[in-house]
Amino acid sequence: MYVAVKGGEAAIANAHSLLADRRRGDRSLPALRLDQIVEQLALGVDRVMSEGSLYDRELAALAIVQARGDMIEAIFLVRAYRTTLPRFGYSRPIDTAGMLVERRVSATYKDLPGGQLLGPTFDYTHRLLDPELAAGADVAQPLLRETEAQAMPRVSAILDREGLIEPDGDMPQDHVPGDITREPLEFPMARDIRLQALSRGDEGFLLALGYSTQRGYARNHPFVGEIRMGEVELELDVPELPFAVPLGTVRVTECQMVNQFKGSAKAPPQFTRGYGLVFGQSERKAMAMALCDRALRAKELGEDVVAAAQDEEFVISHSDNVQATGFVEHLKLPHYVDFQAELDLVRRMRAEYDARGNADMLEDKKEAAE
Amino acid sequence: MRGQEARDQAERKAAMATLAQSSGDDIVRLWNEAGLPSEAELLRGPETGLVTVRGRIGGGGAPFNVGEATVTRATVRLPSGQVGHCYALGRDKQKAKLAAIADALWQDPARRNEVETGLIAPLRSALTAAHEKRRAETAATKVDFFTMVRGED
Repeated sequence: MYVAVKGGEAAIANAHSLLADRRRGDRSLPALRLDQIVEQLALGVDRVMSEGSLYDRELAALAIVQARGDMIEAIFLVRAYRTTLPRFGYSRPIDTAGMLVERRVSATYKDLPGGQLLGPTFDYTHRLLDPELAAGADVAQPLLRETEAQAMPRVSAILDREGLIEPDGDMPQDHVPGDITREPLEFPMARDIRLQALSRGDEGFLLALGYSTQRGYARNHPFVGEIRMGEVELELDVPELPFAVPLGTVRVTECQMVNQFKGSAKAPPQFTRGYGLVFGQSERKAMAMALCDRALRAKELGEDVVAAAQDEEFVISHSDNVQATGFVEHLKLPHYVDFQAELDLVRRMRAEYDARGNADMLEDKKEAAE
Repeated sequence: MRGQEARDQAERKAAMATLAQSSGDDIVRLWNEAGLPSEAELLRGPETGLVTVRGRIGGGGAPFNVGEATVTRATVRLPSGQVGHCYALGRDKQKAKLAAIADALWQDPARRNEVETGLIAPLRSALTAAHEKRRAETAATKVDFFTMVRGED
């Protein structure tokens, strides 16, 4: 016999209106506007766009407000929204060498064409809380420096001249880029699919794995060849036009990690590379992605797979925080029937154990004595 | 003629790029100031969908999918017959519709100049100024290395 238990509709409806009330908070304070979030919590917006895998600032800001600042909940909302939209196609690959650069640093070359541009960075700040910011002090306009526009080639192109660094990653000529939003994950996977998964992966998870490689779990001797952040143009091929239609610009962060490599049966000693490319200004994420990309190339480069960060199935299967939170959080939903069944089972096992109890113990003692 | 056609295409694409990068508010304001006609038959949209953004492994290698972006598109036909298109990032339907009308008007030789001078040129100069400002702000954060000489001689 199966008895369905119903109820809770009123409780759920009231819980949601309570949520709406708490989300709004003290009514004597002005409500947050989305443009304020886009402008003033920009890096939070960027994180939601990157892990929500949807470039749309206003939607990300709405998701952050709706989720009361819970980033994973916001990412979940964005992912759910995406599924309601039709797809127009795949863009032409963006050209990061043609970026309108807002930040560009290299830890490997001091003097490189275009120079080191710090941009709006937290680096070199003292990490002291700023009471003036709390008081709402006016902020000065940034300084300007007139210079001629200078080409800013990617550092990888400069390093390549000696032949001591591997080229950009290629795939076979007839390879069609895989798309994890269309096909289920299959292992082992090609590097292009891995990169798609990493680009939308959880920043914290990838950061911890990247950190683990630095601490010796699959050590891969990384240097930041280059980090660049800025806007790139996006173009789409459409049947109704004889040229690729320009869509506007998106801001991305790119990290070129360069890794010392002593060589293996499969490859000579050289610098190998890990690559990170993430929506928005998301430097930590781009760096973590590049570290993980390199670690996950262990098999391709003939390295022993000894650590978690090199285990493709482990990393990619657990990098998506929407999947992760779904499975972890479902545990709090009613499991009354499952639990009743398990309770029954444990009761029976306990009764059998108790019945066996003394007899077994005596036997164990006898065996131990022998 | 081939050369002229290629130039026309390049100019049309440049106008579409300017419209796609500009804000809907700026387009509406300039549209009204220039008194451009907005009657057109909507053939498609405006509708919002997704475009999957592609990057390249290592920056210049094989393509891979990075994530999606919202894009709004529209296709219109003018009473004079020209068909115009717009695809632009974001979800601004009014912008997409006006940009598609602008694209259609641009293709009418009698109207092109009006669209270029009244709409595209001011949008383009605003975008250029914004880019130059961004570039100059970034340039101010450029590191100028200098060498410290220690000791005598």
